[in-house]
Amino acid sequence: MIRKLCSGVLLLAITSNAFADWALNMPKGITELSAETHQIHMVIFWCCVAIAVVVFGAMIYSLVKHRKSRGAVPATFSHSMTAEVIWTVIPVVILLIMAVPSAELMIKLEDTRDPDLTIVATGYQWKWHYTYQGEDVSFYSTLARSSQAARRRGSGIDPNTVENYLRDVDNPLVVPMGAKVRLLLTSNDVVHAWWVPDLAIKKDAIPGFMNETWFKAEQTGTFRGQCAELCGMDHGYMPIVVEVLDPADFEAWLENEKGGATAVAAAGGELQ
Amino acid sequence: MSSAVADIHADHGEHDDHGPAKGWRRWLYATNHKDIGTMYLLFSLTMFFAGGTMALIIRSELFSPGLQFVDPAFFNQMTTMHALIMVFGAVMPAFVGLANWMIPLMIGAPDMALPRMNNWSFWILPVAFSILGSTLFMAGGAPASGWTMYPPLVLQTGDAFPFLIFSVHLMGLSSIMGAINVIVTIINMRAPDMSLLKMPMFVWTWLITAYLLIAVMPVLAGAVTMLLTDQFFGTSFFLAAGGGDPVMFQHIFWFFGHPEVYIMILPAFGVVSEIIPTFSRKPLFGHDSMVYAASSIAFLSFIVWAHHMFTVGMPLTGQMFFMFATMLIAVPTGVKIFNWLATMWRGAMTFETPMLFSLGFVFLFTIGGFSGLMLAIAPADIQYHDSYFVVAHFHYVLVPGSIFALMAAVYYWMPKWTGHLYNESLGKLHFWLSTIFVNLTFFPMHFVGLAGMPRRIPDYSTQFTDFNAIASIGAFGFGLSQLLFVFIVFQCVRNKGEIATQEVWDNPTGLEWTVPSPAPYHTFETPPRVTSGAAFS
Repeated sequence: MIRKLCSGVLLLAITSNAFADWALNMPKGITELSAETHQIHMVIFWCCVAIAVVVFGAMIYSLVKHRKSRGAVPATFSHSMTAEVIWTVIPVVILLIMAVPSAELMIKLEDTRDPDLTIVATGYQWKWHYTYQGEDVSFYSTLARSSQAARRRGSGIDPNTVENYLRDVDNPLVVPMGAKVRLLLTSNDVVHAWWVPDLAIKKDAIPGFMNETWFKAEQTGTFRGQCAELCGMDHGYMPIVVEVLDPADFEAWLENEKGGATAVAAAGGELQ
Repeated sequence: MSSAVADIHADHGEHDDHGPAKGWRRWLYATNHKDIGTMYLLFSLTMFFAGGTMALIIRSELFSPGLQFVDPAFFNQMTTMHALIMVFGAVMPAFVGLANWMIPLMIGAPDMALPRMNNWSFWILPVAFSILGSTLFMAGGAPASGWTMYPPLVLQTGDAFPFLIFSVHLMGLSSIMGAINVIVTIINMRAPDMSLLKMPMFVWTWLITAYLLIAVMPVLAGAVTMLLTDQFFGTSFFLAAGGGDPVMFQHIFWFFGHPEVYIMILPAFGVVSEIIPTFSRKPLFGHDSMVYAASSIAFLSFIVWAHHMFTVGMPLTGQMFFMFATMLIAVPTGVKIFNWLATMWRGAMTFETPMLFSLGFVFLFTIGGFSGLMLAIAPADIQYHDSYFVVAHFHYVLVPGSIFALMAAVYYWMPKWTGHLYNESLGKLHFWLSTIFVNLTFFPMHFVGLAGMPRRIPDYSTQFTDFNAIASIGAFGFGLSQLLFVFIVFQCVRNKGEIATQEVWDNPTGLEWTVPSPAPYHTFETPPRVTSGAAFS
């Protein structure tokens, strides 16, 4: 059975398509805080690995050495105050060491003061709506038509042939590089969550409440995420795409939007 | 106390001579703790396969991107029902079944303290799960809002909604009655001379679990009742439009939900604490500190609930508090793992199936503990939250955690229940298959979660394909391996194995090994003496 499995896995690895990759880890992302989040994730991960090496090492040593088949004679001890104090104190110390940088990062993540730009993101079943505060720009962002067509059962379209399958939208959220963007989140129906791993942001969009978070993108490009809180039937089909532009390009985009270009596109999007 | 027990037996003395009733009456009218324990265990085994089938439907759909087998709405029904069935139908009743069978045998009591309530608390369960299962055939389908039932989404459930609430009420009722029974039995019916700190660890962990159940099941009942009135009676507990707060439900739910996690793991700690000493041929290390550690975990479980909610927008101080409190749990949990290690240390170990499953538990539960520690770090948790990393984490603590402990318990005590040894080679094969496949299923989920795959989605972006395919292969392997378990159990029940001795294992400790194998229908009609001390560490 194991051999069959191995060959199955091997076959899978060989035939796996061009889009697939073996991404193992949290992305470092494109903001200062996403890099710090990544770093704290790696620190706690290596802490766990170190503890695992010690604990599992001791356990494996014991499993090899202290077995009856090797003629081991059982000891009779059942208490040791010293040992118990040691293995209570050491974890406490490790936790204290971990707690400080975690708390510091939490404080930074919550610091939404003095934004350069404020955007309200509203969750709907099943799309996002963005409003650029004070700019008279707002639009819906829904799953791209190419994914929309391929996602149906029996559509006959191989998802591997669709670029950014389920992770592409008609109107992406466009933000300027280097600006502190404050994101206000709410919902029109059920709870959604706005998640873009490269920005290290995940925040719930809750009906009747306004949540806030922020990011400052440090490189241009397109970054993808999706709704992270179960919000009904099409929860898997409300992606988030953030396009980071140079400030000058962003201004141009914004001026163009004020002309209502996306309003038309958004209306088209709604008809889908 | 013992005279009261004696009186009860004097009144019903004639039953003792006749043994169990014949036919269906034995089961429907059951008051014997062994019969009820058996029914609980068989019920949970059935639910394990029902929930497992749903898991395989989920994993079939997730084998490759695109929708092949089910529609998104049905997919959500499967994730919801899988969780409800596994949590309330498989894991919890299985531990109650073990409690029924073993607690009276371990404390030297003739039966559970409240046998008729015991009957009722079992028979509610098939009713509750029939109601829950029937929702699959209702207009709008089964509940699809996740087992967490967050409003406002859960209020979009179709005809199934009131049936969901009612079945959760029934499950809670059953659990509360089971818990009351366990507490009353342990407090009042221990053999003379068995002080609280002389009690075996399994009894201790169940005592703590039973208090947790009594504390939190009513909270769940309250939360779902508020959902019911929001839906049908015009209240707005959780509806923002009426001045309510959807997040309040999450607080109340997790105030139940976090202790619930420990309800599913503390008895597992107890089982492993019984088995490792037996096969290490050495007393449990730090019995009293194990009791204090379990109690600390139980206490902490009440003040960490909002670590499930780091993304809902709590005040910073709230997030800090819940982060620090959650990190603290690592300390008593670490104590337990170190104590098991110290129990094995310089023992003379043998590796029969119960020991293998217990060792698998210690290794793999610890991996789940590590990811739990990572999840406690709030800024990192914001990234892990609601991703497959969380799915990997809680399946590591529940499957090779709780379920492995249950398997270990069945192999360990089955010879006492049936009077026959199971097939050791098949048992070991079952262990190795389960261990390989459980890791194949859940380990890759860490990777896709970190790479950005959210949980509870029926279809995914193509970069997650490979790890999902591996997880699906693992899931089918794990599911099929459990058929072997059923075969082994039924072989044993049908008396195919070698005859078990009274002690079964090599000099195990505990009163359950002082009664014959199989354990007679009535045991400890007169309380045993626990004076030797040899039986207890």
